[in-house]
Amino acid sequence: MIELFKEPNIDWMGKAKYFYALSGILLIAGWTSIFLHGGLRYSIDFKGGTNVDVRFAGAANIDRIRSGLTAQGIGNTEIQSVSDIANPHSNEVLIFVEQKSQGDEAGDASKTQVINALNAIYGTANSSKPDFNAATPSSLFAFLTQRDPLLLSTNAGDRYQQLAKKILDYRDAKSSGVLTNLDDLSKADGVTPAVLSALKANYALGSFTIVGTEIVGPKVGGELRRQAIYVTLYALGGMLVYIAFRFQLVYGAAAVLAVFHDVLITLGFFSLLHFEISLTVIAALLTLVGYSMNDTIVIFDRIRENNRLLRREPFPDVVNKSINQTLSRTILTSGLTFLTVLVLFLMGGQVLRAFSFALVVGIVVGTYSSFGIAAPLVVAWNRWRGQGVAVGAGPAAGNKTRGSEDVAGRLAPSGRR
Amino acid sequence: MNPNLKWKALFIVLVILGCIFGLVGLPTFPTSVAQLKDNFSHRIQLGLDLQGGTHLVLQVQTQEAIAQETDRMVERVATWLRSKNIHYDEVRRVDDTHLLVRNVDSARLSEFRDYVNQQFANFWDMSPTAGDPSAYTLTLRGAAIAQIQETTMTLSLETIDRRINALGLTEPTIQPRGGRNSNEILVQLPGEGDPTRAKQVIQLGGQLELRLLEDPVVYSSETDALSKHGGVLPPGTELLPGRPQTRSTSGAPEEGEGWYIVSRSAVVTGADLRSATENRNTNNPGQWSVNFTLSPDAARRFGPFTQQNIGRDMPIVLDHRVYSAPVINARIDDSGVIEGNFSQESAHDLALVLRAGALPASIKYLEERTVGPSLGADSIRHGVQASVLSLLVVMIFMLFYYRLAGGNAVLALILNLVILLAALAFFGAVLTLPGIAGVILTIGMGVDSNVLVFERIREELRNGKSPASAVEAGFDKAFLTIIDTHVTTVVSAFFLFLFGTGPIKGFAITLTIGLIANVFTAIYVSKTIFQYHLTKMDRQGELSI
Repeated sequence: MIELFKEPNIDWMGKAKYFYALSGILLIAGWTSIFLHGGLRYSIDFKGGTNVDVRFAGAANIDRIRSGLTAQGIGNTEIQSVSDIANPHSNEVLIFVEQKSQGDEAGDASKTQVINALNAIYGTANSSKPDFNAATPSSLFAFLTQRDPLLLSTNAGDRYQQLAKKILDYRDAKSSGVLTNLDDLSKADGVTPAVLSALKANYALGSFTIVGTEIVGPKVGGELRRQAIYVTLYALGGMLVYIAFRFQLVYGAAAVLAVFHDVLITLGFFSLLHFEISLTVIAALLTLVGYSMNDTIVIFDRIRENNRLLRREPFPDVVNKSINQTLSRTILTSGLTFLTVLVLFLMGGQVLRAFSFALVVGIVVGTYSSFGIAAPLVVAWNRWRGQGVAVGAGPAAGNKTRGSEDVAGRLAPSGRR
Repeated sequence: MNPNLKWKALFIVLVILGCIFGLVGLPTFPTSVAQLKDNFSHRIQLGLDLQGGTHLVLQVQTQEAIAQETDRMVERVATWLRSKNIHYDEVRRVDDTHLLVRNVDSARLSEFRDYVNQQFANFWDMSPTAGDPSAYTLTLRGAAIAQIQETTMTLSLETIDRRINALGLTEPTIQPRGGRNSNEILVQLPGEGDPTRAKQVIQLGGQLELRLLEDPVVYSSETDALSKHGGVLPPGTELLPGRPQTRSTSGAPEEGEGWYIVSRSAVVTGADLRSATENRNTNNPGQWSVNFTLSPDAARRFGPFTQQNIGRDMPIVLDHRVYSAPVINARIDDSGVIEGNFSQESAHDLALVLRAGALPASIKYLEERTVGPSLGADSIRHGVQASVLSLLVVMIFMLFYYRLAGGNAVLALILNLVILLAALAFFGAVLTLPGIAGVILTIGMGVDSNVLVFERIREELRNGKSPASAVEAGFDKAFLTIIDTHVTTVVSAFFLFLFGTGPIKGFAITLTIGLIANVFTAIYVSKTIFQYHLTKMDRQGELSI
């Protein structure tokens, strides 16, 4: 038999004040950070942003674009390839980026940001020539008029305007907006060799073009966000009632407080390490609530059992013993779940990072809070009640007579097993 | 093997086979490996992040909501003037945001002005009509228009959200799009399948009204109805199209429209519904109908109302079409049936839409595209690899630490996974990468029950009990702990399910299934295996744990 602990004998309750201090420090540090940053950082799920529609010359590598955007400091993105029914192979990608400012210029700001990032990935910015794929009718018209490849000088009229339009129509219709070779333009109506060479001398070809930008709202509206908070509070209330029914009210209150403590500390870590709250993080937090509660109840359950067996022992000792008896289970379960989420965190890639981070922190804190917060709270309540009542029945000594456990010293759960 | 154990084993095998069948045995029974895979991918749909789907842009016709407000105002003003016995010639809607009141009794004009200014100052502005000294124009204020647009958008978003989520746990994305006045909504639905059904469900108006038939005749055309009443409809009525209810036994669609003259005001609207469900139409086999029940509040109104109107027809109007016009035979308190030419699917969708609530304005599709997975191939591979690896780590550790009993736990884990996947398939849930990670985590946490039991058995063995009684005592004592932890979580999941929507509801369902599967595998299955093992073992043998 491989065993982690033979017979641990640790005085957990004696260390309660260190646990409280540790929790206090973590809570203060985390929430100071949250207040200094002006609240938690929410992801684009909650804030909305800008959809930038980019068309590429070749097949687009989404992972490459994502890492490129991250390298440019635009971490908060969502990238999807899209295709029209009419145009199924268009190498088009929708990049959903955070909106830095408010109002109409927000879209432009996001667009510039994405263009800069994509230029950095695809190296178009190295060329000193303007990008033909980014040319607009007016810029092309201005270039043609100035260059005058057809030698029309003052007779040009609107012919260059028409020519510019034809050339760009060709680019947008035949090559879905992104040209891979300027020579292809010779097939466009009205493009003479002279025009073509002028274009080739002046323009370079970028590997992408921005088709459009749209401001989009959040995926999680105010309604859902409010609801998520209320629903979690109801759920905590439900758990409190159930534990109060199965154990005692103080156990329920202690367990719920401990879970609350876990969520608050995890949120603090999110702020400290600059992670963002997204929809999947909410799911992780809900999982964490269940996990922490589970861990606490296993210990409470053992306290309930031991209380019946060890009536003569002082309550804090019973609690210590219970924690020690369940210690190998606690370490095993927490260790395994921790390992699971650690693998996800280290290897799961960028998308699972925030989700698994919430769980990595949550599992450690959730395990710790069961013996470090929930159990000491019950003991503290017990001691406080004990001092308030009873003469002769010392608080720490527990109540030695049966049937009076409601009075003092031992506010341990009675029956219902 | 004792007979008790045999039955247990049989039950376990049946559950497992059922789950496996649910996963790969439908829709057609597989005869080849390729078909097996095909069935599996059909049953377990992947989410937007893993597979992509359909990208829809739709526009809410908020103009309609504005026009409705103007219509309501016409009604309100006319009713008020009549009720105060103030003479007027005409209250008329000019366009979507203007209405005109002509020749209000000049002696009581100030009374009328006070009424408009006091009740509707934020919405309506009253001024003399240019070029018509006898008339006043009421103009809907710009701020009011913006407010109506905004509430219409919010309501539409919420309604669409409820409807799509009622179709399954597909984790769609639903976002407002464009600037303040574009009134567009971006919807992404996962899956390669044809989104036609989802599109229809989104677009259904869903405005249910029960009204009174004011003229027992069903007219064959609009002009016919009008000419019978001298060109003007009776006050407070409206002419609505519908299909006359001549029931054909074949269930073939009825041709021809009928026109009904019905009361303008509705006794009961969709907002008064408590629930709606599809049912087989008992009068007309092969057809389906939608049964609904009213909220207690509406039932208090509806009971006396039907009592007073026994013998009259009460058309059921859906999106301004009469679906059926049943006769009130007796007092009806809180339920009704919508009959029509429904298939099971269309009845189901209508019931769903009625439950989810009506759209405040109609919807137009602007754009439909196909989107690829939002995660790149590398990201997906990383995520899936990490998930599988973490599962393996747990399994290997259990085998190493608990030896033979660890095998028990590993088996329990695999069963847990199968049951969970089968349940997800049953609920039409969609797997996303975080969802997969969540499933792995649920299973990792499921190990806890095994650990609790095994540690208890070890404790009992240390206390000198025989293997058989140690196993018995270990399961017995751990059972209560496991029940307490699981019930607590189920209680919280119950609240999440009851009050949550969309992703929260999906989470609650997955969690609950995971917990039930876990109790089944970690206690029932595991104990059966232990018991089987004990019958094979001689008394002095040691338990490999």
